[in-house]
Amino acid sequence: MSREGLVNLAVVLSVVLLPFAAHVMGETYWVTLATRAAILALAGVGLNIALGQGGLVSLGHAVFFGIGGYSMGILAYHAQTYTPLVESLGLPGTNLMPLIWLVAATIAALAALLIGALSLRTSGVYFIMITLAFGQMFYFFALSWPTYGGEDGLSIYVRNRFPGMNTLVPIQFYWIVVAVLLLALLFSDRLERSSFGLALAAARQVPARVEAVGLDPQRLKLVAFVLSAAVTGLAGALFADLNRFVSPTMFSWHTSGEIMVFVIIGGVGRLMGPVVGAVVFVLLEYLLGGISEYWQIAFGILLLLIVLFARGGLIGLIAGRGKAHG
Amino acid sequence: MMSFVLLAEQVLNGLQFGVMLFLMAAGLTLIFGVMGLINLAHGSLYMLGAFAAASVAAATGSFLLALLAALVAAALAGAVVEMAIIRRLYDRDHLDQVLATFALILIFSEGTRWAFGSFPLYLDIPPALAGPVRLPGGIDYPLYRLALIGAGLLIALGLDLMINHTRIGIRIRAGENDREMTAALGIDISRLYTLIFALGAALAGLAGALVGAIQSVQVGMGEPVLILAFVVIVIGGIGSIRGAFLGALLVGLTDTLGGIFLPEALKLVTDPASAKAVGASLASMAIYILMGAILIWRPTGLFGSRA
Repeated sequence: MSREGLVNLAVVLSVVLLPFAAHVMGETYWVTLATRAAILALAGVGLNIALGQGGLVSLGHAVFFGIGGYSMGILAYHAQTYTPLVESLGLPGTNLMPLIWLVAATIAALAALLIGALSLRTSGVYFIMITLAFGQMFYFFALSWPTYGGEDGLSIYVRNRFPGMNTLVPIQFYWIVVAVLLLALLFSDRLERSSFGLALAAARQVPARVEAVGLDPQRLKLVAFVLSAAVTGLAGALFADLNRFVSPTMFSWHTSGEIMVFVIIGGVGRLMGPVVGAVVFVLLEYLLGGISEYWQIAFGILLLLIVLFARGGLIGLIAGRGKAHG
Repeated sequence: MMSFVLLAEQVLNGLQFGVMLFLMAAGLTLIFGVMGLINLAHGSLYMLGAFAAASVAAATGSFLLALLAALVAAALAGAVVEMAIIRRLYDRDHLDQVLATFALILIFSEGTRWAFGSFPLYLDIPPALAGPVRLPGGIDYPLYRLALIGAGLLIALGLDLMINHTRIGIRIRAGENDREMTAALGIDISRLYTLIFALGAALAGLAGALVGAIQSVQVGMGEPVLILAFVVIVIGGIGSIRGAFLGALLVGLTDTLGGIFLPEALKLVTDPASAKAVGASLASMAIYILMGAILIWRPTGLFGSRA
């Protein structure tokens, strides 16, 4: 097993065992922190498909995170108020997690199809600015759209249901989140090894050659962007369920920046990069945040140092330089 | 119905918003055009200018000194940041630039909150420019906003003259075209880069101070403006000052007029309450829809030549 393989195994074992240990010791607060980290990691796993595998620097993934959050919020709001979602069809809301996830991932994917089709007409720095701008558009829309709370956001009083589980028990909700996270990691890993993933890697590195063998690099990237958005949308739905609250902040460009930060701290294009990054972020937020409310100054300096001096991210520091990334 | 006076006022508001966006976008597009750097922290320099101006105005009572302080503080901060951090990023990919400048935003924003607290500061309009002025056609318009339009247009003209007709402008254009050759001709490239960065920073700081007198001065004030400046650059084409100018006016006018006309237009098809709500939502999206439309038509912007 390679060094990165060992690191990955260690990460998976810690993700499963440490929160369980916290639960056994009665430290439910730590279980909740771990849930937060796992959900943010899931958002990062999504972004990593676009960023690591597709080379697409999207600074607008908060759109998909927010869409996931609002999908949950709107469906659960109609379920808890017993009002129909679509009046004319009598279509009801729902508080069933799997159904909510399906809706969240689908709508996020559709939004990504639209945004991606427009943004992928350009590349490089244009792509960054355009994804950022579309993110801001959704943010302002959520702020100014009064039906579901506008800038106050939307509260959901009871966490949604999952068949056979009691989602109100922190460790049970954690198991659901971790199961989704591990499935997403498996999906991301399989995707990277599939013929699609190989073609996508080639489209990232030498688009001209991909075109020469008859594939369309832009289409490969668009598919990666859509898949990436679906996973991040799913994370948004879970994040809303964790907080039982959605607000336009989920759409804010700081959220996009933070999701990107998880991926980078851990290591771009590394399977476990987002997991390591999200865990480190949540730990720092908790530990430094406990010392000073201005902890983001220290966090900014740390991030700056990692970008300037530790270019493979934390996994890169431990496991050494991996495969080439261009 | 919409009167001529209201329309004229809104057009002037749009122009005023547009020229201030131009001050932000000009620096960004110059920095990208010459150094190939995407700088998310440009909004922090805008904020810094506003805070410097508000502090100096509070201490001295002089608006001119406040503007000077904004220029100097932002230019100095820009030069220091460029020499300490930014110049290590020129050879890096855009991802590293995005992250490093995102880190700078965290440091600047939280640092300012730490130094000044979370409460907004206020910067007063100078007495000489306070109050309305009567324009032809019987329009009463705030003199200060009119002065902002004038100042913005003058700066735009000055920048255009500087870039196209002065020695430093020739160097900037040379650096944009061929970095190695410019260096080989004996021009100190790293000093040129610091200078350009400081110039962009000074423009951002000035914009922050000027706008600070009609809005409140607070942490995070630069970020919405930064993102709009990106929209301006995408529309105008990266690296083009003229594109930035046209883009800024387009965005300023679309945003201001959209906020007035969309709710009015919707009143024709639906009841006033929902027209107001839906219109406001649509108006908040108008400039991004404009950006999307221009992208479909011209992926590298109105004046852009490269991606």
